[in-house]
Amino acid sequence: MQRQYSYRQLFFSVYKKDVLLAFRQRSEIINPLLFFLIVISLFPLGIGPEPQLLTRMAPGIIWVAALLSTMLGLDKIFRDDYQDGSLEQLLMSPYPTSLIVVAKITAHWSVTGLPLVLFSPMFGLLLNLDANSMQAAVVTLLIGTPLLSLIGAIGAGLTVGLQKGGILLSLLVLPLYIPVLIFATSAIDTSAMSLDYTAQLAILGAMLAVGLVLAPFAVSSALKVSIS
Amino acid sequence: MLKVENITCIRQDRCLFENLSFELPQGSIMQIEGPNGAGKTSLFRILSGFTRLEQGYRFWFDNNIADDEDSFFSELLYIGHKTGVNTQLNAIENIQFWQETHGYAQACKNNLLDIYDVLANLGLVGLEDIPVRMLSAGQQRRVALARLWISDAKLWMLDEPFTAVDKKGVTLLQEQFKLQLNRGGSILLTSHQDLTEHFDDLKVLSLEYRI
Repeated sequence: MQRQYSYRQLFFSVYKKDVLLAFRQRSEIINPLLFFLIVISLFPLGIGPEPQLLTRMAPGIIWVAALLSTMLGLDKIFRDDYQDGSLEQLLMSPYPTSLIVVAKITAHWSVTGLPLVLFSPMFGLLLNLDANSMQAAVVTLLIGTPLLSLIGAIGAGLTVGLQKGGILLSLLVLPLYIPVLIFATSAIDTSAMSLDYTAQLAILGAMLAVGLVLAPFAVSSALKVSIS
Repeated sequence: MLKVENITCIRQDRCLFENLSFELPQGSIMQIEGPNGAGKTSLFRILSGFTRLEQGYRFWFDNNIADDEDSFFSELLYIGHKTGVNTQLNAIENIQFWQETHGYAQACKNNLLDIYDVLANLGLVGLEDIPVRMLSAGQQRRVALARLWISDAKLWMLDEPFTAVDKKGVTLLQEQFKLQLNRGGSILLTSHQDLTEHFDDLKVLSLEYRI
């Protein structure tokens, strides 16, 4: 039997499996979204429903909620595969580990980050965001959430071998999210003043490019350490 | 084809084995036996490269495996305690995923090797589309072992393959082992069963429990 290796085939089968599993356990997709919604709706209750105040705080609230809801599903990226041994099988397959990792991160983003981006205009309404800021919020989330998944996957890879890695994962990953938070909220703030915010977007885009290139290698090394 | 020289394994200040050397020629089967905790699984993890080699060498067709892991991995089929079967997916999806990630998908299509035939052979007819978590332990093990009917890897490393498998299943597996040996492949397995009467040229490597 002649074996044939195709990178595209590998990418799609790993991606398909993870997305399929997420749809089988729909709570995985819905819970982070609900969490996002609840955190956002807690703020008007907590600080009072003054429209000006909410508009002023909206960028920070949206992005902090996005960071936290990404954290929720992060642990799942490699946990199940680690526990049932599929991770060992994947690491032993003749394909480069970084490609497998990219496929898994893409799948994770499609089921957690992408719904967040799609629903964010609705959540923006709750915080009295104007049209300009809403657009900026969607664009920064679109560029920023893949970056969150990429950085988070490094932490997930490092902690997958631990029994209770959840809190440690947050402690490892949240500080690394700070640059994303700063530039994304700054972009939304700038857009609220009807100024040009392409500079912040460019920096976010640059960070995404660097993350996309380097994170998969970091994750593969992390997984190799975790599995030994 | 596989040669191991002077490997040592130390776990939690306990030496499991030291300066272990053996050779596994083509077309031969070797059983690793020893009491619980003797280091059988640790040996497998060292051989497959999951645990870093502290001391010694592994050779695959006279090439040091540390220099070229990929050519070793592409000829290795490893089924450990954790079998790599996802319990949320059904048997077909599991096998297809394994095929696709190990380069067999196209080959199986060309050779008309049908997954349903493999599953029928393993006595899993009618259970193909049930999530694996609903199957019994032995049936779950059979889903993992279906890889033996697909793989053409030269070396099979099987950690306790007979666990939870019934008598008929064991016979079936032994037939598949013989097929692998006849086509020049080799098998390295751990088991507590006595296999000497089934395989004439069975090599046995005994590990002792050391304190």
